[in-house]
Amino acid sequence: MASAPVDLNMLREDLHLAEAGGFCTFEGWVRNRNEGRPVDGLEYESYEALAQLEGERIVAEALERFEISQAVAMHRTGSLKVGDVAVWIGVSAPHRDAAFRACRYIIDEIKHRVPVWKKEHYLDGDAEWVACHHCQTAPRASESGGHDHDHGHCGHHHH
Amino acid sequence: MMPLYGLVLAGGVSRRMGTDKAALDYHGLPQLQAAFDEMVPLVEKCFVSVRPDQAAEPLRAGFPQIVDAVEIDGPAAGLLSAHRAFPGVAWLVLACDLPLLDRGTLKNLIVERDGQSVAVAYRSEHDGLPEPLCAIWEPEALDRLAHQVETGRLCPRSLLINSPTKLLEPHVRGALDNINTPQDREDAVRRLDDQTGGTMISVRLEYFAQLRELAGMREQVIETESATAGPLYEELRRTYAFPFEASRLRVAINGDFAPWTQALKDGDHIVFIPPVTGG
Repeated sequence: MASAPVDLNMLREDLHLAEAGGFCTFEGWVRNRNEGRPVDGLEYESYEALAQLEGERIVAEALERFEISQAVAMHRTGSLKVGDVAVWIGVSAPHRDAAFRACRYIIDEIKHRVPVWKKEHYLDGDAEWVACHHCQTAPRASESGGHDHDHGHCGHHHH
Repeated sequence: MMPLYGLVLAGGVSRRMGTDKAALDYHGLPQLQAAFDEMVPLVEKCFVSVRPDQAAEPLRAGFPQIVDAVEIDGPAAGLLSAHRAFPGVAWLVLACDLPLLDRGTLKNLIVERDGQSVAVAYRSEHDGLPEPLCAIWEPEALDRLAHQVETGRLCPRSLLINSPTKLLEPHVRGALDNINTPQDREDAVRRLDDQTGGTMISVRLEYFAQLRELAGMREQVIETESATAGPLYEELRRTYAFPFEASRLRVAINGDFAPWTQALKDGDHIVFIPPVTGG
């Protein structure tokens, strides 16, 4: 979790290992519209300690499940403007397929599980907390046993 | 749904207490009267379950009674006798040794009746199994109990465990602690005298995003008698008009996600986590 812009080249350096044949990255950017409304910028708020913990679990799961060399994930908090990098995932691996799949896994799990909330500021001066688009009813933690969130918070993946 | 009648169980022998549990006074009147008075506004008709030899006792004689007509030991006798007398009704059953019971716990059973489950009961805070003597028994559950008893198994709890019972999480901490011994009784009296030292705990809440804005603060310490996070959230939801159903939230206790069934302790740090929208 980062409250200020991070040097992305530094993140990349951690992935640049001799055994890795390549790396794959996903950058999430602040877009200028959402649901038809022109967006000026947004604000991310997190429950930082738990966001960090859950993010580390997701990266550890990716390292366990896929044949990858290293994985790094960064999520911004605070105020961001259109075009800013909100989230950054990088995965290096001996072979590209695992890198692509692990990268996708990490971003999907972050979206479902990490306690971060987005408030959009619109050009008309209005601001709103974004509703969770991908779920109407989330399973209660009691049903997923606390730590085993294979299906994420919302029960399915939405991309 | 079937009509709902009330049955206060007062047929126990009170062997461990050494004195009649129904006559004990916690609230300025005999506990049997206190339990009966709690039930009356919630049901169409209310009865006290007694053994034949108790029917004329002064304490019990003044109540509408259902006298045991089934010759077995234990609370199943009272349940089955009530069912025999009125086979077409559901019974809100209440033991008369639960002086810590609050009205919300009782009412919540009625709210949770769904026309499908054969019974509605709370999960015991002590062993996680259903509490049969503060529960709603539909006629089908009592039919099943009659069959079970025919095979020699008299335990109402086993019946609930082996039937489609709707099992609720404890509503208020300690509400269903039953009082069997003089020691239990002393503890109960102390807890009733000193609510803050007994059933109330203090927890620290931290709010994020929409919940933070609606609560108008980041943190607060509150006293609660909620046994788990679910009823605590409902309290807060009423206070701050939070828009989310509890089913859409997760809860974190002391820094990590926790099951909604986890018992709250004094000093816990609790965060209700609205649907996340990162990425």
